[in-house]
Amino acid sequence: MLEIKNLHAEVDGKAILKGIDLNINKGEVHAIMGPNGSGKSTLANVLAGRDDYEVTEGGILFDGKDISELEPEERAGEGIFLAFQYPVEIPGVTNTTFLKEALNAQRRYRGEEELDGMEFVKMIRGKTKELGIKDDMLKRAVNVGFSGGEKKRNDILQMAVLNPKLAVLDETDSGLDIDALKVVAEGVNKLRAENNAILVITHYQRLLNYIVPDQVHVLSNGKIRRSGGKELALELEEKGYADYSGEAA
Amino acid sequence: MAATQETVEQVQSLEMDKYKYGFVTDIESEKAPKGLSEDTVRFISAKKNEPEWLLEWRLKAYRLWLTMPEPKWGKLEIPEIDYQDSYYYSSPKSMEDRPQSLDEVDPELLRTYEKLGIPIKEQEVLAGVAVDYVFDSVSVATTFREQLKEVGVIFCPISEAIQDYPELVKKYLGSVVPAGDNKHACLNSAVFTDGSFVYIPKGVRCPMELSTYFRINELNTGQFERTLIVADEGSYVSYLEGCTAPQRDENQLHAAVVELVTMDDAEIKYSTVQNWYPGDEDGKGGIYNFVTKRGICKGKNSKISWTQVETGSAITWKYPSCILQGDNSVGEFYSVAITNGRQQADTGTKMIHLGKNTTSRIISKGISAGKSQNTYRGLVRVAAKAEGARNFTQCDSLLVGETCGAHTVPYIESKNRSARLEHEATTSKISEDQLFYCRQRGISEEDAVGLVVNGFCREVLQELPMEFAVEAQQLVKISLEGSVG
Repeated sequence: MLEIKNLHAEVDGKAILKGIDLNINKGEVHAIMGPNGSGKSTLANVLAGRDDYEVTEGGILFDGKDISELEPEERAGEGIFLAFQYPVEIPGVTNTTFLKEALNAQRRYRGEEELDGMEFVKMIRGKTKELGIKDDMLKRAVNVGFSGGEKKRNDILQMAVLNPKLAVLDETDSGLDIDALKVVAEGVNKLRAENNAILVITHYQRLLNYIVPDQVHVLSNGKIRRSGGKELALELEEKGYADYSGEAA
Repeated sequence: MAATQETVEQVQSLEMDKYKYGFVTDIESEKAPKGLSEDTVRFISAKKNEPEWLLEWRLKAYRLWLTMPEPKWGKLEIPEIDYQDSYYYSSPKSMEDRPQSLDEVDPELLRTYEKLGIPIKEQEVLAGVAVDYVFDSVSVATTFREQLKEVGVIFCPISEAIQDYPELVKKYLGSVVPAGDNKHACLNSAVFTDGSFVYIPKGVRCPMELSTYFRINELNTGQFERTLIVADEGSYVSYLEGCTAPQRDENQLHAAVVELVTMDDAEIKYSTVQNWYPGDEDGKGGIYNFVTKRGICKGKNSKISWTQVETGSAITWKYPSCILQGDNSVGEFYSVAITNGRQQADTGTKMIHLGKNTTSRIISKGISAGKSQNTYRGLVRVAAKAEGARNFTQCDSLLVGETCGAHTVPYIESKNRSARLEHEATTSKISEDQLFYCRQRGISEEDAVGLVVNGFCREVLQELPMEFAVEAQQLVKISLEGSVG
C-alpha cells in the first residue's frame, strides 16, 4: 500500500531524511521508533505533504500512485490521515461542522456523493457510540478547551469518521497519562482492519504495549537502521537508543 | 511561512476581481445639476414635493454644513472630497410618475434586482421578508406593504412618509442624530433623498422581517439615504439592510443617517450586511461609507441591538450607537468588519448610559488582510445618574498576512462609581498550523481560511436573522477567498 523508496527530504535547506526505504501492506501495523531529532516527525510531515518539507530524492508511492507532488488535501483524499502530536484548536468551528466539511471535501475529491445533514449525523452518532465518545463533544469547537487526552480522542474520532487507508500516528502518546493512553490505543485498535494500515511513530515503547505492531523500525539520523518484530521495541526500551546514536554519518 | 504567504497572495489575487455586484444598469436617469448649493437642496426638496418646514430644515443643515470641519479623528487616510464633483440626486426616469404597483415598475430595474439575487416580485421574494428597494436616490418598490398595514405597521419610503405621516416624521426626524452632529450627518440632512420609514404601533410584534436594499448605480452620484424607525411601547421589529454598488474607478460617497427610537418595553433589532464596492487592489475606486447610525432607548426596559457585517467599501467610517436613556434599557453591538486590499475601516460603537441599571454589550470581530487597515473605536460612557450601569466589551482582531493592520481604541468614561465595565481584547493570526490541520483532513486552503474566519465571527453571525445568516457566512468566505466565479 505504502512504498517509500530512498526518500530524502530537507527542511529549510537542512537534510533530515537521508534515504528511507519502507513498505507497509494492507492490514499491517508498523512502528517507527527513534531518538529525538532522528527525523520521525519529519517523516510524518513529508507523508502528509506539509509545505516547507521538501523531497529532494526518492519517492512515495501510495496504492501504486506517486503522491510526492500532491497537496496535503489531495493526499487526505487519497486516504492518508495524520494524527497530530499537538492537535490544533479552531475556535468557533464545531466538531460537527469541521468533520462534515472534511468528509465531504474528501468525498468530492474521490468523486463520491456528499453526505447530507441527516446521513452525516446518523453516521457520526454511530462512530461516537462505537468509540464511547459523548455526543456533546460534537457540539464543542474543535479542540478548544479540550484536555490533552480529549484532543487525542478527538483525533481518533476524526480518524473513525474519515476512515483512511493509512493512519499515521505522530507521537500521539506524548503528554498522555496511562489511562488516556489506553483509551486512545483502544480506539486505534477498533479501527484496525484488513483494508487499512497504521504507522505508529513514537519515542517510547509503552504505546506499543497497547497497539501491538507487526514490525518495528529504528530511525536514527534520517535512516532506518534496523527493522524487526514487536520484540525489537522491548529491546529498545531496555537498552535505549545509545547503540544507534553512534551511527550518525 | 510558505503556507501563510501563499494564502495571502491567493487572497490578494482573488478577492478584488470577484465583486459580483459590479455591473451597471443602463437606464435613463434624471439628475440634479452637478454640485452642491442651496439650489441643489431646493431642487431635491421640490422633487420630493416637500412641505416648507422640511425645506427650511434642510437649508439650515446646508448652511451649518458649510461651516463644519471634516471629522479627522478616525485612523483613516481620506483623500480630499470635491463635493462639487458629484450629483446629489439621481432617479430612474421611469420613476417620474411613481408606479402604483410592481407591474408598472421599469422591467430594467426589476432585472437589476434579479441579477443581484433579490428579485422584487413578491411571490419570488424570501417568504416572510418585506423589502424596500432603493435605487440611487429613490425607492423603486416596497413589498408586503398591505399585509403590514393590516396590523398597523407602517413600512414605506421616507419620501412618502413625509407626505402621508408628516406628524410622525416631524416629531422624530433629527431627534436622535441632529443635523449638526457631524459633517457627514449634516450633509445627509441637507440632501437626503430616500430611505425607509418604519413605525411599529403599541404592542405589535412585526409579523415579518423588514429589509431595505440600497443600490448605487449612477456614476458620480452620492447616496444619502435616511432611515427612521420608531418602535412604540411594547413593540418589536427586526430590520435588515443590504448594499451594493457597481465597480467604478471613481470614488463615490455614501453618507447615510439611521435613527432608531424605542419606547417602553420595545425592541429594535437592526442588522446590516454592507457589501459596497471596495475598490480594486491598488485602492482605485470604491465607496466612501460615512454613516451615522444611532438609536435611543427612550423608554424603560427597551432594547436596541445593532448587528453589522461590513465587508465592502473603500473607506468605512461608522459607529452605530445606543443612547440608553430609559431605566433598565439594553444596547447591543455585534460587528464583523473585514478589510482586504487597500480597504480602510474605522468602526465601532458608542454606548451612552444615562438611565439606571442600563446594560450594554459590545462584541467586535475585525479581520484584516492584504494591505488594509482595520480599527475598532468604541466609547462607553456612564453618566453620573446612571446607577448600576454595566458594560461588557470584547474586541477580537484576526490578521491574515504581514502587511495589514488591526487597531483597537476603546474609550471609557465613567462618572458613576457603581458602574461595572469589562473590556477584553485579543489579536491573533490565522496560523499555518490551523491551515495545515484543516488541509490534512481534506479541506482546501481556501475553504480552510473561510472556515477559520467564520469560526472567529461565529458569535456575531449567529445574531443575524436566520434568512441572512447563511448568506453572511458565504460573504465572509467570499470577501477573503474570492471563491465566487
